Amino acid sequence: MSNKHLRQQETAHETAMGKAFLCERVVFRGKDLHQELSERDWFSLYLYSITGKFYTPEQMRMLNYIWVCTSYPDPSIWPNHVAELAGNVRSTPSLSLMSGLSISEASIYGRRPDRRAIDFLQRTRKALDAGEELSDLINAALKKYRVIYGYGRPLARLDERVLHLVKKARDLGFADGAHFTLALEIYHYLKKNKRLTINVAALAAAIGADFGMSPEEYQLYLTPCFIAGMVPCYLDGAAKPEGSVFPMRCESIQYSGPERRSW
Amino acid sequence: MSSKYGYRTKVWSEEPEADNPFAAHSALCYGYDVYGDILTKASWFEYLYLLFRGEKPNADQAQLLEKLAIALANPGPREASVRAAMNGGVGGCPHAASLMASLAVGAGQYGGGHEVYILMQLWRECGTDMEQWPARLPSPVSDTREDIWRPMEHAPGFDPNGESCPKPVRQVLEALAEIPCAITVRWLAQHRQELETIADAPLSLSGVAAAALHDLAMNEHAAVMLYLMLRLPGAAAHAIEQRDLGWKMFPFYGDHIKLTDDPGPFELPNAEELGL
Repeated sequence: MSNKHLRQQETAHETAMGKAFLCERVVFRGKDLHQELSERDWFSLYLYSITGKFYTPEQMRMLNYIWVCTSYPDPSIWPNHVAELAGNVRSTPSLSLMSGLSISEASIYGRRPDRRAIDFLQRTRKALDAGEELSDLINAALKKYRVIYGYGRPLARLDERVLHLVKKARDLGFADGAHFTLALEIYHYLKKNKRLTINVAALAAAIGADFGMSPEEYQLYLTPCFIAGMVPCYLDGAAKPEGSVFPMRCESIQYSGPERRSW
Repeated sequence: MSSKYGYRTKVWSEEPEADNPFAAHSALCYGYDVYGDILTKASWFEYLYLLFRGEKPNADQAQLLEKLAIALANPGPREASVRAAMNGGVGGCPHAASLMASLAVGAGQYGGGHEVYILMQLWRECGTDMEQWPARLPSPVSDTREDIWRPMEHAPGFDPNGESCPKPVRQVLEALAEIPCAITVRWLAQHRQELETIADAPLSLSGVAAAALHDLAMNEHAAVMLYLMLRLPGAAAHAIEQRDLGWKMFPFYGDHIKLTDDPGPFELPNAEELGL
């Protein structure tokens, strides 16, 4: 090991990703932002920033729907709760939304399950294509990790998004994708043998996989997806009297630590 | 009226004021009266230790935590998490934004919080058994599932961009090793060069910090939280300084960026036609 990489980087920061030639032009992943990308909608630009690719209008509608169907303006949902508290204690809009976004990369919901869900579908698809049995793959995963991301759901028995997402995928012509059909096959197996349900993470991951996204690309695509649900919560918190939402009495702290003692 | 939405905790309890159930008359931390007892009798680092461990530290443990806090307080303005804070400060962002940026950048695997997290697991598993480290240092993460964290690219606690162990790291190692409870730190000092050979890199401050936090009996979660927090003072100080100095004194890297995929200039809209 040595500092050779630092010395190399010291001379110049070489990149193909982009540059702002201030007062002149901006290059965005090989295209002029103002001239070649100005007719794109922002969502299309965002996906291009991640993958370097443009998606078809139908694909865009599908990817957009995944964002839409996850936008729940309910402050009992943890990232929204944080945004609402932030608004209620009169933090700033950006700090409030970023505080909610920062806890969207969780282990029991959000980005870690999303990332593992797409990885499981991609690995399983490859293994099946290589001749392995689906039931063996599922049982091996359950034995090793006790969970398959995208199946089962904390807090709720059913995921109300599933029906809508499957219908949307059918309407737009994506329900026959190799990973989408696999996600449903896994669901049928788990429902029959393990009494597990499917949640939207498995189906959304299947769409990402069928659209050729890597797990990293898929996470980046999903990263802002909770934010539309957070904004109403922030606004609601900001509109209510300061410090008043979800009030908690001293006696509501359920203490189970050591008895009173002297320092 | 208690609420079904109350939080369960072993850390904190409160008794309400007689006239307001939402205001605390007294607050206890692990059974100690915070404002009636701890405030007047404990040091900041004794209280900090109590919060994370649930018990009062002895004098050596409090000293080890305080000395570690001094060592970590300011990584200096060349370090990525401090630079993140300065970028917030120079632009006049809310103060929290500078610290949030510093935390996010300082959370990483190169010298940051997640490196300490991984290393704490190694300390727990390998301890001071030198025979276990050659297998674990090059392959420190046993859960290889797809994750939000990328695979570790270097031995945690060692600097892949280093040439030799820098003097400040050795000074911290030596100073902490003198504290009686710093058993792991002393072992690290004794075996530093062997471990550096295995890691193919010199020891870094994150490596010393993890050893000290292990000596303080912090688990990986407490260790990372402390490591993240204890590096914030420097980030804050540098952010405030750059806010005062202003953007004209702050480096702007425009000319340093060399584009390798450039479509070249296009014709601009005619300014005269647009009345500009």
